[in-house]
Amino acid sequence: MSVLSLPRPRGFKMTFWRFAFGVLFALFLYVTFMRFTRGLGATTHLSDHFPWGVWIGFDILCGVGLAAGAFTLMATVHLFNIKRFEPIVRPTLLTGYLGYVFVCIGLLYDLGQPWRIWHAMVYWNEHSVMFEVAWCVMLYTTVLTLEFSHIIFERLGMTSMTRLMHFINTPLVILGVLLSTLHQSSLGTMYLIVPEKLHPFWYTPALPLLFYISAIGAGLGMVIVESYLSGRAFGRELEMDLLEPLGRVMMVVLGIYGVLRLDLLFHAGMLGQVFKPIYESRMFLLEFVTGVVAPLAILSFPRVRASKPGLVIGGLFAVLGFILYRLNVSITGLERSSGTHYVPSWMEMTVSVGLVAIGFVLFAMAVRYLPIFPAHEHAAPARGRGRGH
Amino acid sequence: MSHALLLDTTRCIGCGACSAACKEQNDLPLEIEDATTAYTFTVVEKRAGVNVRRMCMHCLSPTCASVCPVGAMRKTPSGPVVYDAKKCIGCRYCIQACPFDVPKYQWDKAIPVVGKCVMCAPRLAKGLPTACASVCPTGATFFGERDELIRVARERMAAEPARYVDHIYGLDEAGGTSVLLLSGVPFSQLGLRTNLPNKPLGQLTWAVLSRVPDIVTLGGAILYGIHWITHRREYVRRVEGPRSGEVK
Repeated sequence: MSVLSLPRPRGFKMTFWRFAFGVLFALFLYVTFMRFTRGLGATTHLSDHFPWGVWIGFDILCGVGLAAGAFTLMATVHLFNIKRFEPIVRPTLLTGYLGYVFVCIGLLYDLGQPWRIWHAMVYWNEHSVMFEVAWCVMLYTTVLTLEFSHIIFERLGMTSMTRLMHFINTPLVILGVLLSTLHQSSLGTMYLIVPEKLHPFWYTPALPLLFYISAIGAGLGMVIVESYLSGRAFGRELEMDLLEPLGRVMMVVLGIYGVLRLDLLFHAGMLGQVFKPIYESRMFLLEFVTGVVAPLAILSFPRVRASKPGLVIGGLFAVLGFILYRLNVSITGLERSSGTHYVPSWMEMTVSVGLVAIGFVLFAMAVRYLPIFPAHEHAAPARGRGRGH
Repeated sequence: MSHALLLDTTRCIGCGACSAACKEQNDLPLEIEDATTAYTFTVVEKRAGVNVRRMCMHCLSPTCASVCPVGAMRKTPSGPVVYDAKKCIGCRYCIQACPFDVPKYQWDKAIPVVGKCVMCAPRLAKGLPTACASVCPTGATFFGERDELIRVARERMAAEPARYVDHIYGLDEAGGTSVLLLSGVPFSQLGLRTNLPNKPLGQLTWAVLSRVPDIVTLGGAILYGIHWITHRREYVRRVEGPRSGEVK
């Protein structure tokens, strides 16, 4: 059992997953070298017809969206003062932080001249959504770093810093919620400027609102999924009496999102097109069934919702559906007008998959060495070991 | 005082002199490609039997200038939409957003920049017409003031109504452009988008972006208010808790 791996062996032991990660990481380094010496054309399937691919659609749009659990939970606990969710805050904050680190690294791969990234701070264009996005990434990554540093200071026993962090906590949380609100919605706003290109299944003036609501739903789904995964891997997980109400909140958010989505399609006269046998309608149905219909159907049974596998599968569907939504807006919906069919190159995929894998490793290390999960009886020995080092 | 170009596709013979002159003017590799790229700013395409020139439309309110996070794209008062390669970070939002698919990227370079027609801004500054207009043998590319060119276009259409479709492409598209097109066949057949709104696309995003200060101030006040109420409630409960116990 995976729980048995907790007392870390002294020597390094090669396992299948470590080997797989090693191979992936070697490929990742190779692609990195190619990307920065040969340019975007040699490494990606991007072109003048299709200038944004999976690095934007997945790394940026999904990385930011799946980090939304952090600000949702911070607001729930620190602003709405619903204290019983306190044990969830730290793992969620960790996911949010890693999500944003992931976004920043992905951005460095995607930008044509990433070493000029600081230009956004110097040359302002407040009419540009990308300008707002750039500032949100910068500021919210800073806020997450500060919020996360609280955990590190606590681990290092730096009480004066911990007290300082406690003092600035409220303004920091409010700033975090505001920046997240702006950032999540602005990623949708980015696509408002292409009404002539984005397929009407996805183009709507309400894109910013849809991006915001769907991110909150998927962010909550992520909390459930990651709690399950870390439970399997480290024997540290959150209690069902916390996750089940989270699942219910997620259902409400998904419900609002689903109704709004259908309502907008109805007003755009697109609802009748949903079952037409075209590429876009199939992708829309796949996205909507995966991200809205399936999780709502699964979780509407109280018995299923109260069971760990049922809840986790519901959360997983919400996350996958969210990823499909972002990929449909950024890729599927733009293919017809571009006259091309975009499939990412293996090198683009290597970077995206590699970043996710690095995220998993960092998550595992943080859980092992930092006070992320509340101290349960069965987790206590591992925590003790971590402190001993 | 806004310079503009009138492209009369019914007069174009497809000789390609404009492309060649453009290459020379902009110090570009001389090979003329089939479509516009970061190294070929203008080409003559054959569509529906018509020679149609492809180049930057030089919008009156350019989408590229609206979306560029660092303001590398800029509409100059004299007409050209110019590009400052030194500012560009390579986000390629301009390529994604341009309704006329104009900006192109140097995909083959490790240090890439965008390539696009700048309406020979350096020549215009010296009082010269664009290189393409100066070499056009048939007057298919015609240089002048925008208002004057609109009048010329209307005169040509009135003189020979059978020769032209009754529309000046670029008069209103995406808020209007400094490059205007005349055609004998519907513009949709020339590979030009005919589903564009008649207002600048930048207005669509600005409608949301201009609300950001409201969201921050109002949102901040609401969030702090919520925090105050919920924590005050907890404080009152804590203070009054024992007292209600004493009453018992």
